[in-house]
Amino acid sequence: MNMRNIWFIMKRELSGYFATPVAYVFIIIFLLLTGFSTFFVGNFFERGEADLYPFFSMHPWIYVLLIPAISMRLWSEERKNGSIELLMTLPVSVFEAVLGKFLAAWAFTGLALLLNFPLWITVNYLGSPDNGVIFAGFLGSLLMAGGFLAIGACISATTKNQVIAFVLSLIVSLIFVLSGYGIVLDFFSGWAPTALIHAISSFSFLTHFDAISKGVIDIRDMLYFASVIMVWLFANAIVVNARKAD
Amino acid sequence: MTLRIEIEDLAKHFGAIKAVDGVSFSVKKGEVLGFLGPNGAGKSTTMKMITGFLAPTRGTVRVCGHDVLTDPISVKACLGYLPEGAPAYADMTPDGFLRFIADIRGLSGADKKRAVASAADRAQIKTVMFQPIETLSKGYKRRVGLAQAILHNPPVLILDEPTDGLDPNQKHEVRTLINEMAHDKAIIISTHILEEVHALCTRNVVIANGQIQFDGTPSQLEAMSDYHNAVCVSVANVDGNAFATFLNGLEFIAKIETLSANRGFRIYPANGRQITLELAQVIRGNGWEIDSLYTENGRLDEVFRTITMGATGSLRSST
Repeated sequence: MNMRNIWFIMKRELSGYFATPVAYVFIIIFLLLTGFSTFFVGNFFERGEADLYPFFSMHPWIYVLLIPAISMRLWSEERKNGSIELLMTLPVSVFEAVLGKFLAAWAFTGLALLLNFPLWITVNYLGSPDNGVIFAGFLGSLLMAGGFLAIGACISATTKNQVIAFVLSLIVSLIFVLSGYGIVLDFFSGWAPTALIHAISSFSFLTHFDAISKGVIDIRDMLYFASVIMVWLFANAIVVNARKAD
Repeated sequence: MTLRIEIEDLAKHFGAIKAVDGVSFSVKKGEVLGFLGPNGAGKSTTMKMITGFLAPTRGTVRVCGHDVLTDPISVKACLGYLPEGAPAYADMTPDGFLRFIADIRGLSGADKKRAVASAADRAQIKTVMFQPIETLSKGYKRRVGLAQAILHNPPVLILDEPTDGLDPNQKHEVRTLINEMAHDKAIIISTHILEEVHALCTRNVVIANGQIQFDGTPSQLEAMSDYHNAVCVSVANVDGNAFATFLNGLEFIAKIETLSANRGFRIYPANGRQITLELAQVIRGNGWEIDSLYTENGRLDEVFRTITMGATGSLRSST
């Protein structure tokens, strides 16, 4: 694998985000949603605790809605305007292209996440939080965003239509979140064997993210997100190879 | 190595449709191969397989000695490709786009700068280097695609309809550019503009229904025309009927045809041979004065139609 190629593809893709207003619109909406959910849904002030739990706990839901908007264009746009033929006839391997594009989207999401730093300043001003826990929260959120992006990138390669890519990614992402949600697990708990319920909930982003966002950095949760990313990117490469010329 | 592109028994089937079905040819350094054929004949599909974009159903492609199936990266590194419609990244400027291509092609520093400047200069896009590609006209977009293909000075060029959508001046410039590069490259150009057969190509392959129908030089292609070596002649102050009777009596003439508006006759030679001089001599020998006389080379559009409509079947010249 040629790291230079991955870097160049990532750089090109990233500059593509900022060539249009999409990047700015996304960042603003992301900050509005995180802010809103922290203060109004998560009751940041009313809780009276110096941490960012209300901020992080809403991230899975915000990502379900917003990440597909970033990932939808990754491959469907290339397929629609034919530039995929150009990209795939440059001396670049499919996996280098898949990785470069994914890393660009991930870096962009990371930037949007970092722009929430005023919240961190606020909580440090108001009290003395455990900054290790907050760091873990950011790390976990970033990893989870990577998982959503990998799902979206793979789905984006299946269609030339960005709207279809968006809707499908949203649904699949939702499934990955909901499988750990109380209501869904209650639905199974009456009749399904415990092992199955554990299996379902262990597939959920929610289950793994919750632990990290509370400051528990468990290597298994990290491995979970890393493998979700790898599996979906691997599938992404297969889909690109199979569908690029359609 | 002189053989830059070697294609053997190449085929691509989409379900029951045989888009390309057993195509074999090779291209040497210095050759410009004109790939002709009607729309849907398999030209683009063949090019996509040579450039490694499409995997063939069967057959082999070797570019600069590398097999496209086992070593696609080496193949892609040694060729420049202009895909049909010249796709590019619409939101980039030609400058940013070409610098990206240069990066991927492994150029950096001064080499990169020089390659981008030279490609922009040769494709004549220097005036639009900092406008988003999506705002450019069709002709400029095509030339940005061309600049991208020649940027790394590749030994092999594959150009899918490089002059499609260009105005006559732009066509001329692109042809000049290709001719300038021709001597040290192996080039494949697909086109259905027949005037390019002579303007550009040293050799032609005509493809129809996924199979090669003709492989030879432009002159050989023309020689297949019924009009090849036909002579149009008109004489002054002679009764048309008498002249026709005289012509019909000559044994080296197959048939004659009256041209409209008293422009004389078109005379088809027997066995397709050169009869111009002989004819001029016998006419003058008869004491007649020749008004005009010219030899036809052959009509490519007629040959093209004959070959691709399948009327003549597979006609492969011996070269």
